[in-house]
Amino acid sequence: MAIKSSLLNMVLVLTLVCLGASAAVAVVYAVTKDPISAAEVAKKNNAIKEVVPEFDNNPYEEALDIIADLNAPEKTNKVYPAKKGGQIVGYAVESTTTKGFGGPFTIMVGFTPDGAVYNTSVISHSETPGLGAKITDSKSGFITQWNGKNLTDGSLNISVKKDGGDIDAITASTISSRAFCDAMQIAANVFNNISTEK
Amino acid sequence: MSKFKYLIDGIVKNNPTFVLVLGMCPTLATTTSAINGMGMGLATMAVLLCSNIVISLLAPAIPNKVRIPCYIVVIAAFVTVVQLVMQAFTPGLYETLGIFIPLIVVNCIVLGRAEAFANKHGIIDSALDGIGTGIGFTIALTCIGLVREVLGNLSAFDHKFSSSDGMLVFVLAPGAFIVLGYLMVIFNKLKAHKK
Repeated sequence: MAIKSSLLNMVLVLTLVCLGASAAVAVVYAVTKDPISAAEVAKKNNAIKEVVPEFDNNPYEEALDIIADLNAPEKTNKVYPAKKGGQIVGYAVESTTTKGFGGPFTIMVGFTPDGAVYNTSVISHSETPGLGAKITDSKSGFITQWNGKNLTDGSLNISVKKDGGDIDAITASTISSRAFCDAMQIAANVFNNISTEK
Repeated sequence: MSKFKYLIDGIVKNNPTFVLVLGMCPTLATTTSAINGMGMGLATMAVLLCSNIVISLLAPAIPNKVRIPCYIVVIAAFVTVVQLVMQAFTPGLYETLGIFIPLIVVNCIVLGRAEAFANKHGIIDSALDGIGTGIGFTIALTCIGLVREVLGNLSAFDHKFSSSDGMLVFVLAPGAFIVLGYLMVIFNKLKAHKK
């Protein structure tokens, strides 16, 4: 039933199959390219909306690249300024920590212009379901304890109580809680650098 | 009737998870909730259906010695297609399933059905076999996911019915093995009973 396995046949058939397959993938890629980037933007926009007060500009378009650590100027974080009637009402800072339990995770931290946390939201994570994944529960005590606290004037020790800080960790998820603190610290540094840059 | 048999075979007699015990890696890793299990099952079913159809069409033109590379290229192309489509239209599910979507390529069910069935049968039979095996896989993953979610998180299909914490071990890796083992016992007991 199958054709003969001569060298020519094999090379020919394999080449044709590969060409056909790559053509199919190319077509689907072209079709899905825009929806994929749109979904990505929508996700960022939702996160921004959640973490800063009401605004009427397009923070995603006006994003700034801000250095988190002045000793490592090649690494920048995205900062989305939220404005209402031309006045800055808050900044949404995207912050990624590599200290997560299941790999890096990225959060969006909203600051009011005076440096107090307005709200936070987890963009992507791979923490353990049922344990570390509780960082995504926006109504949990762990997330709400940040709201209204000023991270930038040094009044708060941004680490979990076990390490001598001021933050209540999630039960049985100390590593995820520590990583969250790390991400908040990076966000606070970024926020401070926005102010110095102006 | 004989065509119908191809469909049912994949669900009961040759259920990929409970009877053939194939594709265990995604089975254990993605079934932390019923929705995740179902999403993984449906993604695999889409790949199975498409690859079975195309391979049954291509089989007569493929020299015997290069058939496995050809099948893998076809399967990999469909997996990439499914991955792109999921990324575009169900970004939430795409994120939870993560690496396990591209890993459908190496899921032995897909290549197994191509090698054992699709290259010897016609297009309709192969399509039915792909759907049947896919449904069997989806049902199995959804059941495992549902049991783990109910016991571990006290919720079903993301609807929480109690605010307290469940038995966390069922959401973690050991729970996957425990649930899979018990469901396998129940499934095979029921199957033997029927005969």
